[in-house]
Amino acid sequence: MNDQAQAAGTLTKWQDEVYDLLRRHNVTQVAFVPDAGHKILINRSIADPDVHSIALTTEEEGVALIAGADLGGARAVLLMQSSGVGNCINMLSLINGGRFPFLTLVSMRGDFGEGNPWQFAMGEATQPVLEAMSVKCLRADTPAEALAAVSAALTMVFQAGRYVTVLFRTKLLGAKRF
Amino acid sequence: MAKDSPKSNLQAAGEPVFELDRREALPALVGRHEDFLIVSGLAGTSRDVAALTKNASNAYPMGGAMGGACMMGLGLALAQRDRRVLVVTGDGELLMNIGALATIAVMDPPNLSIVCVDNGHYGETGYQKSHTSLGTDLEKMAQGAGIKLTRTVQHQADIAAGARLLREGNGTVFVLLRVNTGEPPDYHRIWDPVENRNHFRAGLLKE
Repeated sequence: MNDQAQAAGTLTKWQDEVYDLLRRHNVTQVAFVPDAGHKILINRSIADPDVHSIALTTEEEGVALIAGADLGGARAVLLMQSSGVGNCINMLSLINGGRFPFLTLVSMRGDFGEGNPWQFAMGEATQPVLEAMSVKCLRADTPAEALAAVSAALTMVFQAGRYVTVLFRTKLLGAKRF
Repeated sequence: MAKDSPKSNLQAAGEPVFELDRREALPALVGRHEDFLIVSGLAGTSRDVAALTKNASNAYPMGGAMGGACMMGLGLALAQRDRRVLVVTGDGELLMNIGALATIAVMDPPNLSIVCVDNGHYGETGYQKSHTSLGTDLEKMAQGAGIKLTRTVQHQADIAAGARLLREGNGTVFVLLRVNTGEPPDYHRIWDPVENRNHFRAGLLKE
């Protein structure tokens, strides 16, 4: 968490609002690989008796889970870090090929203020590889943009049946401290 | 070989037997397919399931996205708690995403059963040996992942108990069905993943 976001008290608030938005749109399966950027969403899903909170061993499991949920008439979301996007690529052929509605929220590493050199390769490749698999990317740098992007993505995914990622960028989340 | 060598211990525990014919053993194990919602992994097991169900709407056969079948089954099982979900996958498909067994074991939905049709080979690519021909035991990996209800079916006499477990397990079930390298049925299946999705949802959700 960066000092600015903490001081403004905005970090908790917008992520709680994102969770409430997901629930208002009847998302009942929340799949994730543990991630500091998504901590609030993950903890809300674990505490929510009406939601299946699914800890994955690798992100591509979440892609297939979302397709299975759709076959059963349920809505799911995948929470992951940008590094996890690389683990999903071939599994996205299930989404793209089968036209399964697909929503993922990605916390970015390897951009604004990143201090870990290992994060840059996948961070910089995140959007191009998602787009190469026909997944549309909406970017958010502020809490207001995050809420607007998640709201837009929910309509695109569950009304229009599209495949959409919202990228929570490090300007929004704060770069990890080392 | 010396009696106390590691090899003899392995033999005492039972060497794997790849003898059953999948075209007879799988239908016998599954029984009435209409009792399940089915997801099948790419290649051989999708041919098995297409032949078994005659492309009925209760099955979603995959033709790619290797490693996805078990997790699709989990998403479906969590969405449809009143229906029994059956994943039919192969040894190669399961090995590609073996961590999914840990994810599934933690969730432990009581309405999910997994059958792994294990012929010890990658049939689709020319029958190269898979890890299960070379010492890997997928039932033990399922147990190690935390799945409590597991069984290996490798003789005709094992089928009845395996079939009961698939239908009656009160927790996620994993059945390893060891078969020979005979070809899966040559059945014309629907290849279009969109058509399969629409077909499945129309049947289940009355869309």
